[in-house]
Amino acid sequence: MPSLQSKALSPESSLIQARALTKRFGDFVAVDGIDFDVAPGEAFGFLGPNGAGKTSTMRMIACMSPVTSGTLRILGMDPAADGPRIRSRIGLVPQDDTLDLEMTVLDNLLVYGRYFDLPRKVIRERAERLLDFAQLTDRANDKVDPLSGGLRRRLTIARSLISDPELLLLDEPTTGLDPQARHLLWDRLYRLKQQGVTLIITTHYMDEAEQLCDRLVVMDKGRIAAEGSPRELISQYSTREVLELRFQVDDHAPLSAQLAGLGERIETLPDRLLVYTDDGESAAKSLAERGLDPVVSFVRRSSLEDVFLRLTGRTLVD
Amino acid sequence: MITASARSELLESASRVWRAYRYWTHIYKRTWRASLASGFLTPALFMAAMGLGLGTLVNRHGSSAHQLGGVSYLAFIAPGLLAASAMQMAAIEGMFPVMAGIKWIKFYQAMLASPITVTEVLYAHLLWMATRVAMVSAIFLGAMFAFGAPRSAEVLAAVPVAVLTGMSMAVPSAAFTATRESDQALIGVIRFVVMPMFLFSGTFFPLSQLPAWIRPLAYITPLWHGVALCRSLSLGNASLGASLGHVAYLLAVIGAATLVARRTFTRRLAA
Repeated sequence: MPSLQSKALSPESSLIQARALTKRFGDFVAVDGIDFDVAPGEAFGFLGPNGAGKTSTMRMIACMSPVTSGTLRILGMDPAADGPRIRSRIGLVPQDDTLDLEMTVLDNLLVYGRYFDLPRKVIRERAERLLDFAQLTDRANDKVDPLSGGLRRRLTIARSLISDPELLLLDEPTTGLDPQARHLLWDRLYRLKQQGVTLIITTHYMDEAEQLCDRLVVMDKGRIAAEGSPRELISQYSTREVLELRFQVDDHAPLSAQLAGLGERIETLPDRLLVYTDDGESAAKSLAERGLDPVVSFVRRSSLEDVFLRLTGRTLVD
Repeated sequence: MITASARSELLESASRVWRAYRYWTHIYKRTWRASLASGFLTPALFMAAMGLGLGTLVNRHGSSAHQLGGVSYLAFIAPGLLAASAMQMAAIEGMFPVMAGIKWIKFYQAMLASPITVTEVLYAHLLWMATRVAMVSAIFLGAMFAFGAPRSAEVLAAVPVAVLTGMSMAVPSAAFTATRESDQALIGVIRFVVMPMFLFSGTFFPLSQLPAWIRPLAYITPLWHGVALCRSLSLGNASLGASLGHVAYLLAVIGAATLVARRTFTRRLAA
């Protein structure tokens, strides 16, 4: 069940607590005083365009990048003082794989396991179990180099689990993967969540956020633009439905005036018009009354993508 | 009680350095045969060509025996080559594997996602570089004995000296590499720093052959101190004072470079 509890987690019960968390690189403010709490067992997402500050936030949570100002508590500890202790209890799936391509799949797990203070036997057992979990058992003795992106990603996730972490950080876990690979990964992450592992995910894929996250924040330019469950965010920042219209014209802008009042909000795009409304069908019906005859007209449910684009804008960030 | 907790912190940190060090021993398993073979072949070729080949010409020259301190050219250059090849190899070990750790393979990042800290990652790698230099220098010493180059059993102490000489170059190389985006500048360092040092720090000829004004430049290179000390140990004419002076100089360079490397590694990997 998605938890609908918002913000007001007590500090004792939250696994991660950030207050006015800030990260600066010289004059550049990557993370600009954000507050958030993550509860144990939750799947928490950071959603945002490139450069929004997701990875900087993630690196601070992973105790790999010092906090510039504000407070951050992870598992009740301060990353500045207890970095190694915190990292021994979290797993990290970085944005770029850091696998050793010359090593075999199995060796990547064994060598990585050694970085944590684990007995050889435990590493062996877990490596075998994780190969199975990631469906890599038959590739165990292959080198990583020729493996596909999806297989590598699964290995990275398996590797991050070798220390049996309570908290798993995933920085854009499925970027660049084909749909099959993505769905398999989502399935594995869902299983981890079922086992009680707390997940922190950064992504710019809306479907990924909707699939995996109980709660998420939308980040833009280093700030948190909105927070809530996917459903809460949609109801707060969008309408229930969207009517998409395309007309036989070169420029859709002049038509938008004729749609006024049809929905709560009209958005004009170069190639189509979006009518945000709770009842798309009746909006579509009233088109004819206004003498409008679109070539394409369909009603769809509002998605997180609508929220995202509304909050972070449609202009390209890079 | 503070000392007890500080001690356990130190032990935990040492354990993490050791765990990171195991990465290096693991990948070395792939290449140790080739690396040991070339470790012997390279000095053997050098000593055959320079010590025996060129040496025959040098030894025939009347005044050179005096310039070389009354020993054969082979006995003169073999310990110098020991120090110089340690330096050269260590410089390269301090560059490309560091770039691989940061950028090409990113095994540093992988270590940093575990409890291992950035200074521990650095120390583990430096420790591995020292191990490599020690192995290669020990093999080099074996080759020296095979050619009958050493004149004194004190030459055994030349192996740790070669390690210090190597590290006095490896640590600055690692510190510098951590500030670079590509290996372009590294190749420049090899051409314009490592090679001139290799050739002009007293390895192949006594510094007295250089113009007086340029000699101080050679004296400040750590390699000159390594060459001078290795040579005096091999020829059996080392004095305690001068030896301690050379060791102190090498240790000072290593210590200062380690402080710089801690900064550049932290800035690069944990910013």
